[in-house]
Amino acid sequence: MLHFTRWKIIATLLTCLAGLLVALPNFFSKETVQSWPSFMPKQQLTLGLDLQGGAHLLLAMDQDEIKKDWINNLRDEARKELRDAKIGFTGIGTQGLTQLVVKLAKPEEQAAALKALNKVRQPIGNALLGAGAYDVEVSSGTEPGTIVIKESDQGLRQRVANAASASIETINRRVNNLGTSESTIVRQGADRILIQFPGLKDTTDLKKLIGETAKLTFHEVHPSMSGDEAKMTKVPTGFKIYPGDKGESSGEYLLREQPVVQGADLADAQPGFDSRNGEPVINFRFNQIGARKFANFTKDHVGRPFAIVLDDKVLSAPVIREPILGGSGQISGSFTVEGTNTLAVQLRSGSLPTKLTIVEERTVGPSLGADSISAGKLAGVVGGIAVVILTILYYGTFGIFACVGLLVHLILTVALMTMIGAVLTLPGIAGLVLGVAMAVDANVLIYERIREELRLGKMPVSAIDAGFQRAYVTILDSQLTTLACAIIMFWLGSGPIRGFAVTLTIGILTSIFASVTVVRLLISYWLKAQPKGRAIYVPV
Amino acid sequence: MLMRLIPVFKGFDFFPHDLNLPFMKVKGPALALSIIAMVVSIGLIGIKGLNYGVDFKGGSLIELKTKSGNADISALREKLNSIGVGSVQIQEFGSPDDVLVRLEEQPGGEAEQQAALKKVVDATSETYVERRVEVVGPAVSSELRMTSFIAVAAGILAIVAYVWFRFEWQFALGAVLALSHDVIVTVGIFALFQFEFDLSTVAALLTILGYSVNDTVVVSDRIRENLRKFKKMELNQLLNLSINETLSRTILTGMTALAVLISLYVFGGEVIRNFNLAMLLGVVIGTYSSIFIAAPLLGYLGVKRDWSDLAAKAVATSKTKAKA
Repeated sequence: MLHFTRWKIIATLLTCLAGLLVALPNFFSKETVQSWPSFMPKQQLTLGLDLQGGAHLLLAMDQDEIKKDWINNLRDEARKELRDAKIGFTGIGTQGLTQLVVKLAKPEEQAAALKALNKVRQPIGNALLGAGAYDVEVSSGTEPGTIVIKESDQGLRQRVANAASASIETINRRVNNLGTSESTIVRQGADRILIQFPGLKDTTDLKKLIGETAKLTFHEVHPSMSGDEAKMTKVPTGFKIYPGDKGESSGEYLLREQPVVQGADLADAQPGFDSRNGEPVINFRFNQIGARKFANFTKDHVGRPFAIVLDDKVLSAPVIREPILGGSGQISGSFTVEGTNTLAVQLRSGSLPTKLTIVEERTVGPSLGADSISAGKLAGVVGGIAVVILTILYYGTFGIFACVGLLVHLILTVALMTMIGAVLTLPGIAGLVLGVAMAVDANVLIYERIREELRLGKMPVSAIDAGFQRAYVTILDSQLTTLACAIIMFWLGSGPIRGFAVTLTIGILTSIFASVTVVRLLISYWLKAQPKGRAIYVPV
Repeated sequence: MLMRLIPVFKGFDFFPHDLNLPFMKVKGPALALSIIAMVVSIGLIGIKGLNYGVDFKGGSLIELKTKSGNADISALREKLNSIGVGSVQIQEFGSPDDVLVRLEEQPGGEAEQQAALKKVVDATSETYVERRVEVVGPAVSSELRMTSFIAVAAGILAIVAYVWFRFEWQFALGAVLALSHDVIVTVGIFALFQFEFDLSTVAALLTILGYSVNDTVVVSDRIRENLRKFKKMELNQLLNLSINETLSRTILTGMTALAVLISLYVFGGEVIRNFNLAMLLGVVIGTYSSIFIAAPLLGYLGVKRDWSDLAAKAVATSKTKAKA
């Protein structure tokens, strides 16, 4: 065990040297590191949100809303396909949020209707599943003359996934306006989105920006019936009652459900002021398609009102005085200056497919982060010194070797963490320090064993050899069980705890090399350096 | 050359190696004590309940620091009690200018939590700065409770499977009892003193599992070795010998771990104090359980005495290694 081949010595030394090089930038400030020559590694450990300060927001999408939008679209499409195929139907009803039931006027048109309705299916783009998978299934219902359109689980999964990626894009565009440093926005689980924003001091703006879906639509107002009248009698087909944006007092409007133009057709939106009364307004401009749609609509509806609807609430319902052909306009409401700024950003970056609710928030101010770093450093240094004193006091010269091993262990752990881009959190620092205490256990096992063998009367070299050999299995066993715990912790992990698990795992991996191999190499060198011909005195 | 510069001195081996403490003689009372401790802990958890942190209970935690001077907690309490966010818990946190405000989970769903947080921030923004905000909604808190429970159970199972694979079922049973004991008693102490129980406590529990099984495996390894060495020795005597032989290592490693943890507890800051507290308790309890539960249990369960087959194989492989 004490003999090292030449290549093994070189490999061990090279590993230590490489580790030192990679870990080195972490011990200097960013500016110092930047001034180093180009061949030096410059990557530093990323600090977790709890150390550098920042915000962590977990958002949940509203799955029911996604389903509702989907089923509404599906109904419109089904209606259109049947009309195009000139098949009469008496109604299309929804059943729950996953199923549509079409009642045909003539049951004998079943086959033709099925064929027409099959067009609403969208193939699910999955190369592995191959063709044949659709987001909805169209089949004959149990009663004659009915057709059931049922959403599949895969279809729903894809809808949710699409909504998630669309939300992430939209949030990305919106938060870019905050002008702060790099944020990460990722999907988590099926219907959650995680936003991490290092360095963000105040989350108020962020929450405001993501708090609204900002779905802007322009609707035709019912020519003769008001919202209140419709409520009393019957809402005409294709129309829907919308509330005003100021609650009860602002009344209700009866609008055609299918919008004339949607927010997606906006080319630009800017905050501004009304030239007449100086109130804050939003100036907007449509793209070509939107402008054409809006021009056609206003041409046909001069003298009648249209409604500007934001997130299903009517902002205003001005009367069209003359056709608006230029494709630009102004939205007024009871806005504040701040409100128009936020809304303009939201409109420019597009609407969110669904409302997002904050289900978890963790924000750390930069001052607490800095305090935590210095507390972690102090605790680490004091704990480290305590371990070093204990080890050297108890194991003498070999204790010094163990401490060298611990230093290598620490350097390699930091180096590996830097290399894989791990994030250092406050529990991570605790993990690092605790890792040192656990790494020293390997040396304790070895040295106790050596002492035991010496007490049994073994010769020094063979006692040392036996110490390493016998302890090795035990070390491996105990490290592997700890590894199992660390991996489970990583799986459980949210944020800081994951950081702890990562440092613990890396610490275990490096400790076998640092506390066993490196220390063994040191001891074998020390043995060689002993004067020949005299009995060796084992300083342990 | 360099090696000559290193001072050559023996360490101070203060551990009395010929102690030979009669651990196995007290195995009955020790096991009984451990079982009583577990039962009492479960009772405490059931009766007093755990003081769940926001991670598990839901609600909000807001750490505030005064803009200047010390915090006036009673004024703050009066103010926050009047803004309609339910019961508010306020305590000093680490230093007199630092306070921790806790809100219970607000009824009505996810959005209500944010609304309550905003009320508190608005009410305090004149005199305080927010240092830390944690808001956990009802959906996430119940998920976290679930995953934490699964994680601890999975941790114990994974370890037991490993011990079973490496040793024998008796060892695995000893390990599972010892580990459950560590977790249950630590949680029991948290219930007794109503220490806050949150995600970091669970992380500590998992680390304790790792640490405790470390001890157990070291002792088990020695037992297995001695089983091969002393084929005729009476089992209780052999177990006692194994515990005593590894005792110096158990104590020393425990001491280094405690030294580090005490340092983390004292200097590591308020934020991870709770984690360190659980770890401190766990290291002590874990060390106890490896000595007094895992190994003595083997005395009751009995263990395979003939390891010659394995031993022969091991010798054979080491010989081939030596030749190579």
